[in-house]
Amino acid sequence: MELALGPLLFNWSAERIEHFYAEIADESVFDRVYLGEVVCSKRMPFLEPALVRSADRLADAGKTVVWSTLALPATEREQKLTRELADFDGEIEINDMSAVYARSGRAFTVGPYLNVYNEAALAEMLSFGCVRLCPNIELSLDATAHLHRVSPTLPIELFAFGRLPLALSGRCYHARAEGLHKDACQFVCDKDPDGRTIATVEGADFLAMNGVQTMSHGLHVAAVQVSSLRAAGVTALRLSPHNVDMLAVAAAFSAFLSGRIEAHELLSGLSGIGLPGPLINGYLYGAPGHMAMPA
Amino acid sequence: MSVKQQKLELVCPAGSAAMMRAAVEAGADSVYCGLNDETNARNFPGLNLDAAELPDAVRWMHNRGARLMLAINTFARAGGVAAWQEAVDTAAKAGVDAIIAADIGVLAYARDTWPGLRLHLSVQAAAGTAQAIGFYVQTYGIKRVVLPRVLSVEEIAKLVRAVDVEVEAFVYGGLCVMAEGRCALSSYATPGSPNLSGVCSPPESVNYHQTGASVAARLGAFAIDRFEPGEAAGYPTLCKGRFVVDDKISHLFEDPVSLNAMDLLETFRKIGVAAVKIEGRQRGKAYVSRVADAFRQSIDAIEAGQSTAPFASLLDGLAEGQRETAGAYRKTWR
Repeated sequence: MELALGPLLFNWSAERIEHFYAEIADESVFDRVYLGEVVCSKRMPFLEPALVRSADRLADAGKTVVWSTLALPATEREQKLTRELADFDGEIEINDMSAVYARSGRAFTVGPYLNVYNEAALAEMLSFGCVRLCPNIELSLDATAHLHRVSPTLPIELFAFGRLPLALSGRCYHARAEGLHKDACQFVCDKDPDGRTIATVEGADFLAMNGVQTMSHGLHVAAVQVSSLRAAGVTALRLSPHNVDMLAVAAAFSAFLSGRIEAHELLSGLSGIGLPGPLINGYLYGAPGHMAMPA
Repeated sequence: MSVKQQKLELVCPAGSAAMMRAAVEAGADSVYCGLNDETNARNFPGLNLDAAELPDAVRWMHNRGARLMLAINTFARAGGVAAWQEAVDTAAKAGVDAIIAADIGVLAYARDTWPGLRLHLSVQAAAGTAQAIGFYVQTYGIKRVVLPRVLSVEEIAKLVRAVDVEVEAFVYGGLCVMAEGRCALSSYATPGSPNLSGVCSPPESVNYHQTGASVAARLGAFAIDRFEPGEAAGYPTLCKGRFVVDDKISHLFEDPVSLNAMDLLETFRKIGVAAVKIEGRQRGKAYVSRVADAFRQSIDAIEAGQSTAPFASLLDGLAEGQRETAGAYRKTWR
């Protein structure tokens, strides 16, 4: 089973990004690395040169590099960027239907932001050029297994580590929380390399904001028996970058996948590395996403 | 595309056959409803039509010169696609004027099985760009798109010019602050998924918890809001609650307001919007009668070259949370 590093969802500095991917290139066990801005196009101009250099370095290190599209392109500029990426000759992951159209039949990965919930929708995606699926985060493992039975040769990459991307808005909550307007946001989301926790009025940590995106407070971890993952057609696990030692996270998943450690050891190992929230997995079992079902 | 200005079609909600009749009697041109199951995005107990009621409902509407649209706008469950296909069959056989769908699997089935059936793209598809809409037009032959409620008027004007399909825009009722069809907040906290089961912040998960003098409204395990004595304890819709960031309590996502774009009707007509939509299948006959009447008179006034101002007061007291906004239609919302 492969390990993939999902696109960075947070607003890290260009310097930090380049350093991060250099480490991933030189020292990590990842097979695939997704690059590109998924959440907010305003961050792009600052980061693009660092990402392009990172792509070269990752490719030189033998990693498969995949560029991810924006999840909610709205402005003309965002649509143009999405069209350009859809025209790209290399591997891309599509996170909005507008890019499916622009891709005009060439191969792509269906990202977790697309609403492919069932075999009929998947059949449509296959006809458009889908060659790999990262299922929507709401899908249970049983639902994924059903998609696999209908399309047994399709590689399936399961979202397996990280705060869950739950919602997108036209409004920027980082800007709103700081009393700013989205159009003059001062890029305040850069203060929170894992997103900023949102608590309830009773003091329970609940969600996390990341610009226009709302995420889970908890970190979703697919510490599911490897045999169950295989039975559901899962061929790769996707780990979403966080402000922790991602090399250690990847090494722990690699040990788990190869059978060197058990699910409970994976979970206890991850609990000790300073994650921004508790470990959760409810969606995999068809339960509310915030829940932590026994491994 | 050149923009065709035409009289705005008034599209109203119906949670029952009685509400459908009330909407038409108050001036609705079209009514949309769902079947009473998980195939539609307002899957609440006691709401929506039974499949057996649908043919009569269509006949009643057509006799009045009105149109009936069936919302089959949730995403089909893996392994359970047949239920959504049956809903499409039911709609086509009953002779509805259109179905409103979001799932590409459902759209493909409707296109292939019922070539004459008019397809509208649901707001749940969150198609807010010319490219996304173009994709659904080219691939599924949709005749109308219901726009996401995250676009400004300026963006809608550009979009209408750029696409070769009718555009329908929400003008009144509940307001999603997240891109519809792309929001898993409810299913994170509760067993209710808007996309999969057609419910958001479901009533079964709501409980009120008294601490001292204040009352917390919870969804499942999470407090969504807290009300002090004398404050009306509202329904805890997740994105309209109060939350704490950096020790500050606020309506972080959205104030408990609802959409009212009556002031923008004339602009919508001018930029070529074909139809305007009222939200609220769950809100009953009295609600739809008053809202349909207010918007009917406003649309007719615009056609006669008159102001809609006299009709604004017809909506007094109807808004959920009692407060209104033009939402994302005005760019300052962001």
